[in-house]
Amino acid sequence: MLEVKNLRKCFDDLVVLDGFSLTVRRGAFTILVGPSGCGKSTFFDVLTGAVEKDGGQILWAGGVYSHLGGRTAYMQQKDLLLPWRTLIENALLPIHIAGEDRTEARRKASMLFRRLGLEEFEDYLPQKVSGGMRQRCALVRTLMFQHELVLLDEPLSALDAITRRSLQSMLLLLQSEFGKTILMITHDVEEALLLADEVIVLSSFPMRMRERFVLNEPKPRKGNDPELLRVKEHVLEGLQRESFNGMPVYGTAEKRVWR
Amino acid sequence: MTIIHSRYISAGGVALILVFWEVACRLFEVPDFILPAPTVILSAALLKAPLLLPHAGVTALEILLGVLLSLIIALPLATAMFAYPAIERALAPFLVVSQAIPVFALAPLLVVWLGYGIASKVLMAAIIIFFPITVSLFEGYKNCDREYVVFFRLMGAGFWDTLRLLCWPWALPFFFAGLKVGVTVATIGAVIGEWVGAQRGLGYVMIQANARLNVDLVFAAILWLSCMGLFLWGLVGFMERRVIHWR
Repeated sequence: MLEVKNLRKCFDDLVVLDGFSLTVRRGAFTILVGPSGCGKSTFFDVLTGAVEKDGGQILWAGGVYSHLGGRTAYMQQKDLLLPWRTLIENALLPIHIAGEDRTEARRKASMLFRRLGLEEFEDYLPQKVSGGMRQRCALVRTLMFQHELVLLDEPLSALDAITRRSLQSMLLLLQSEFGKTILMITHDVEEALLLADEVIVLSSFPMRMRERFVLNEPKPRKGNDPELLRVKEHVLEGLQRESFNGMPVYGTAEKRVWR
Repeated sequence: MTIIHSRYISAGGVALILVFWEVACRLFEVPDFILPAPTVILSAALLKAPLLLPHAGVTALEILLGVLLSLIIALPLATAMFAYPAIERALAPFLVVSQAIPVFALAPLLVVWLGYGIASKVLMAAIIIFFPITVSLFEGYKNCDREYVVFFRLMGAGFWDTLRLLCWPWALPFFFAGLKVGVTVATIGAVIGEWVGAQRGLGYVMIQANARLNVDLVFAAILWLSCMGLFLWGLVGFMERRVIHWR
């Protein structure tokens, strides 16, 4: 289980995280949605160690850590592929850095490339392929990490609708086939409702948990499901209020169960 | 504008200057010991090639060894400055001073210390070259995208892994830009060294020819030096294209 307790982060006078707490079940797909600039990315930065926290605790798999850098796989909107390495070499980068056996890893990467329709492009440089293919390669690289916890920071937001749809189903693979525990940030409420076991709606900063939806509906889900549309409408209304009124909602998060 | 077009324009510009120069020399009957015409210089450069070639070889060797020495200094220096900011802060004033002192002032001292042989010229060239290479490589390292650096840290990469797998390839275009500047100005160091004290080299030929008012030979030596500079520029450009294959 990933547990974050009373996390605090300030940038000079700006308090972005003030006693933020969160629990993510092991093996669950948890998605954070919140208004722009509410501090979601700062939260990930703190989790990954990109910025130092000012207070609070991070607990993962029985250990207490100052950050989870080196203990988590990470994928974000920018694919961060190295232009001088071919797609397969990029996918193998975590293995290369860890100094692990590359023969076996290459076999695994090739298998994943086939699964994601990239088998013809293993030896292509990233700049020679489309944005969707680059992101698929980044997804393979994420799968090559030996870590159970995966952090996804808006990994699909730069993609067109069709590529996005196909990659959403691939993200589900992370959980269903590879047993990863996933914590993801997205702006797309529908995407959150399609993928997540749990959607956490956040308030403006200091970031707090505003609402929490547990989604028991089996996956893959359909975007036109009336119940899903109702929840989507509810979440969007809440987010709109947050964005335009800028009024943070304090207090205990309300927990709702969808089906 | 395509590369081919710009090359035509460049060649056309040079041709125009040469034609103007040739016509002016002939029209005003300028004596060869004042300003020889381009055709006179070209014939001197070709006819006196047996004389110039061994000297050009010496100068070329000085430049190449200077480049090699400057690389041996610049690569670890830039890396150390990047790895340890304290080293950068400590060495920055010395680097600037090394370039602020005119090479003409250093040349006689180096000849006194290292003699009339090739060593003083090699060191002279290296002093000039190492600065642009060091600074450009260091800037290249620093230019590395922070998001990538953070991502590498997340993958558990240490400093040297990050340097080897990310920062060094990232800095290569900067390094080659510095190297191009370096090899181009390297001739200055070598030739000044030869002017101050040498028995071989194109700088030595220029000093000797100048003393005898053999100006066409001076220009012929300059022409050979220019060709050498162009060749080195092209060679570095070729290496750059081979190494930075992803661009």
